Amino acid sequence: MKKYVDTGKKDTRSGFGAGLTELGKINPNVVALCADLTGSLKMDEFKSNHPERFFQVGVAEANMIGLAAGMTIGGKIPFTGTFANFSTGRVYDQIRQSVAYSHKNVKICASHAGITLGEDGATHQILEDIGLMKMLPGMTVINTCDFNQTKAATLAIAEHKGPVYLRFGRPKVPNFTPEDQSFKIGKAVHLQDGEDVTLIATGHLVWEALEAAEALSEKGISAEVINIHTIKPLDEKAILDSVRKTGCVVTAEEHNYYGGLGESVARTLSTHAPHPQEFVATMDTFGESGTPAQLMEKYGLNAEAIINATLKVIDRK
Amino acid sequence: MPDMNYLNDLIIQVRRDILRQVHKVNSGHPGGSLGCTEFFVALFQEIMDRKEGFDMDGIGEDIFFLSNGHISPVFYSVLSRSGYFPVEELNTFRLINSRLQGHPATHEGLPGIRVASGSLGQGISVALGAACTKKLNNDQHLIYTLCGDGELQEGQNWEAIMFAAGNKIDNIIVTVDYNGQQIDGSTESVLPLGNLFGKFEAFGWDVMEIKEGNNLQAILDGMKEAKSRTGKGKPVCVLMHTVMGHGVDFMMHTHAWHGKAPNDEQLAIGLAQNPETIGDY
Repeated sequence: MKKYVDTGKKDTRSGFGAGLTELGKINPNVVALCADLTGSLKMDEFKSNHPERFFQVGVAEANMIGLAAGMTIGGKIPFTGTFANFSTGRVYDQIRQSVAYSHKNVKICASHAGITLGEDGATHQILEDIGLMKMLPGMTVINTCDFNQTKAATLAIAEHKGPVYLRFGRPKVPNFTPEDQSFKIGKAVHLQDGEDVTLIATGHLVWEALEAAEALSEKGISAEVINIHTIKPLDEKAILDSVRKTGCVVTAEEHNYYGGLGESVARTLSTHAPHPQEFVATMDTFGESGTPAQLMEKYGLNAEAIINATLKVIDRK
Repeated sequence: MPDMNYLNDLIIQVRRDILRQVHKVNSGHPGGSLGCTEFFVALFQEIMDRKEGFDMDGIGEDIFFLSNGHISPVFYSVLSRSGYFPVEELNTFRLINSRLQGHPATHEGLPGIRVASGSLGQGISVALGAACTKKLNNDQHLIYTLCGDGELQEGQNWEAIMFAAGNKIDNIIVTVDYNGQQIDGSTESVLPLGNLFGKFEAFGWDVMEIKEGNNLQAILDGMKEAKSRTGKGKPVCVLMHTVMGHGVDFMMHTHAWHGKAPNDEQLAIGLAQNPETIGDY
């Protein structure tokens, strides 16, 4: 079993900022737009390196999405930056018509996703954004798990032609994926082999799944761990190959049970190979103020929750 | 010098195209389309610097965006009669498997369309984005946009209007189809727009009016004037006073024909008032 090592806690949003800074240097067509959250999105360096390619749009997200759609006409690759809540729900119709239906090469980059935004509370903690974005035809939906993966994803989506939703977060979390990884959109990352259960996790829950797997091995349960960073298009083969072997699955995500990764996995299984599944997700609820760790515990989004779900799903085999 | 006889013939022909398109499928929006016929003909035939053919990026040419996508009948007619696609294709308006969707879309690859529109209030933002890219590309060509007056009730417009002035985007001309009508009645009765001239001006735009928006010469003169005002540090707004339903007497001065097609008898009357010129599709 491969042991993953936390090389030091870092926020995924800084991975985005680092990726954008690098893109600024290597791709002259990349432009960035931000709705009054430059520091929060870690876009400062791009802004200072390339002021002519950085657009401060103010607190006006609908206009930002429209601007980005228009900027693609003439060959630019716009990256928009704001919180996940304001990147999706607030501007759904703008994304739907001007970006998705119009096939525009816009990268919607969303920080502070999920409940780990913490103290700001439920007005800012969107837990519905993956569902909103994956329902849009042609939209690629990515949720990264650590600094290195977020940086790699940021670089990769610039090379992908078409609209992308890139979701990341605020808290500092373990950085454990390789610095030099090649990020393949739509390709699952196989983290460790196991025989008894498949743990499929995305975003901040990936590290929790690794911790759960380690604790489970002490109980004599061998867990296979798969990181799905691309929720759409989904790597169905990787999921089916694993679940056919282990016979059951736990999905884990910082998102509502409705519309999230778990639902996509359930659809895949029910279509091709029905197997027992348990969901680690928020259960149709809004969040609240608190520290990220408190909230992950209260809403059942940590290693302990994954362990409990595993024991339950194995019983159902 | 423009061939005014040809342009006037084309205007009449486009009116026929509008009426025939919406009549055939018993749906669509003739009122606003008729009101903007002279504008579209002037823009595509005389005002814009256009390249042959169509590519999405539009580098080295002027670009037009229609924000109030429901007036697609006039857009499709003028695009086809300006060489973007065969005029016969107007026969497929709003039919299944057609590139001529009820509201303009890029999805089916219709030449001349660069963004979907129909859900209102998004066109100025998109146009401003394209204007920013023109500047980044050192492309001196202009961006033109048309939006409805009722459409200005959508808040996104004002985000865009504020952004444009604040960023000195001066390679864009936004024309407002100022007909004072919307689906439920006059704009005054639905949600008054107030002093639109003053509002754009207060937001930092260079604003001008075309008082006779259904007079070809007035549009040609007005849009040339608007062009001369670009490149001076301010976005340019043209308030173009039009009459909804212009050219078909019973459709004029009312909101009733905003989104309603004529029946057989009404079509015959409308076509008789606009006898065939260049040739029906």
